[in-house]
Amino acid sequence: MNIVVCVKQIPDPAAPQSFDASNNLNRSGKLILDEADTYGVEMALQLVDKAGGGEVTVVSMGSGGDVAGLRNALAMGATKAVIVSDDALRGSDALSTAKVLASVIARESFDLVLAATESSDGYTGTTPVQLAQLLGLPSITFAKAVSIDGSTLKVSRQTEAGYDEVTAPLPALVTVTAGVVEPRYASFKGIMAAKSKPLEVLSVSDLGLDGQVGADGARETIVAVEAAETRQAGEKYVDEGDGAQKVVAFLESIKVL
Amino acid sequence: MTLSTIWVLAEPSNGSFTTTSLELLTHARSLATNVAAITWGEGGQLGALAGEYGASTLYDVGDLAGALPGVPVAAAIEALSASGAPDALLIPTSYDGRDVAGRLSARLDRPVLTNVTGLTDDAGLVTEHPVFGGSLNVKAKFTGAGPGIVVVRAKSFVAEPSGGAAATVVAAPAGDSGATGSAVIATSHVEERTGPKLEEAAVVVSGGRGLGEASAYVMIEEVAKLLNGAAGASRAIVDAGWVPYSHQVGQTGKTVKPLVYLACGISGATQHMVGMKGSKNIVAINKDADAPIFQIADLGIVGDVHKVLPALIDALKARS
Repeated sequence: MNIVVCVKQIPDPAAPQSFDASNNLNRSGKLILDEADTYGVEMALQLVDKAGGGEVTVVSMGSGGDVAGLRNALAMGATKAVIVSDDALRGSDALSTAKVLASVIARESFDLVLAATESSDGYTGTTPVQLAQLLGLPSITFAKAVSIDGSTLKVSRQTEAGYDEVTAPLPALVTVTAGVVEPRYASFKGIMAAKSKPLEVLSVSDLGLDGQVGADGARETIVAVEAAETRQAGEKYVDEGDGAQKVVAFLESIKVL
Repeated sequence: MTLSTIWVLAEPSNGSFTTTSLELLTHARSLATNVAAITWGEGGQLGALAGEYGASTLYDVGDLAGALPGVPVAAAIEALSASGAPDALLIPTSYDGRDVAGRLSARLDRPVLTNVTGLTDDAGLVTEHPVFGGSLNVKAKFTGAGPGIVVVRAKSFVAEPSGGAAATVVAAPAGDSGATGSAVIATSHVEERTGPKLEEAAVVVSGGRGLGEASAYVMIEEVAKLLNGAAGASRAIVDAGWVPYSHQVGQTGKTVKPLVYLACGISGATQHMVGMKGSKNIVAINKDADAPIFQIADLGIVGDVHKVLPALIDALKARS
């Protein structure tokens, strides 16, 4: 059982976000492994374990040469990492990202591709399905539980009303919601081992995608960035045993009570 | 109007179209001369409803035989586009809507713009996207030839019938799904829900990390029940596995605009704010006086949810 996990290295979500001069997200600080991706890495490790062995390959793209987030995934237990790291990728849209990931993953031998439902910086949430289409794979998004029975994938997929049990033959692509598994912390041994695990860095030219990705490949453009309407803060009280009464009075004032 | 034709993905749900689908049909009328809807399954019976909200044609992909909608619906739209593509396709932000958008984007080799909350016409379609917790609005346009694919968040527009005549129902050509269409629904499970839906409730009570532990979420559910509201959650406690993803309010989850939103133990991460800052009234209860949530709260209580919520539950019980 070989599983590819798509991961993204993002600016610390707790830090303030800003745009650079080209209206791209400012990524000048230290990048970390998107927490949303740790669920996919953990899921892959568990599925490979249950299948009796195999490789977990993490695949990523970026522009600044950062690899710390990938080392983190390797420290959790992934076998190897591949990143397309190239300044020519700056300004890539979701479809270009999917094209880059597809050309990397097509070089791998895999049974399953895992991804988060969306990244925690861009939130576009379409790259995994675009990727499935480019790779010619069935996809099951918003997985709450994943199991594999021989060559059949079984997924509990989130729906508006509850969940569906969905099946698909392997190979396939699955996006996992956060909280589906408890991501392990990298052990000291894992961190040490990660330093010598294979980490391949590719360029856009290596994949033959020159001119098709990055700002050149994007077919949308930002025409304005404007300050949004702001809400005014109202009254603020320190609870001195009367907090609940203040809430009740407020609910009365707006006729909820 | 510079736009001639817009297609709207109209998702069937319990004998109707989803509310977001009707919101998109309504807004599409103001942007383009020709509006068509695309549906599947039981939606094929809804020509009258599609017409009432402004579609002149309802393309019916038909019965999907248990397949997840993403692949067959995108394949059908691609096939329809071959004999005349629209200027834009509007798709609701939903589990299946996002699947259709992703599949179609790769099939047509056209980009998708997501998290859209506004659509205007300024010598072409302009999309609006709240970013950084809703503090900034980014406006964008598609470039190049071919339709723009737009995924719009719920409640961006108000659904209003136009009183139009029933739409002509046209069977959409079956597209080519190949191996990609092999994901099928074996069984569906409906989770019991008491009280109103999160997106439709007049009162939403949400809990966050400040609850301290999963078991404390019962307080949120209790307050929600007493106010005949719905229980929501921040991403932090959904990620922690305390409550299911379906409760999540925010960028990654649902958009709510209730009459009143009670944020309990929620600090107000940008990712959460974007999903609830459109609420009519906001009440925040949080230990940290500097929590960003207080900047948008009409009433802020700086206090421990473990003290304020039990007192609130008692007070509400005493009234009922």
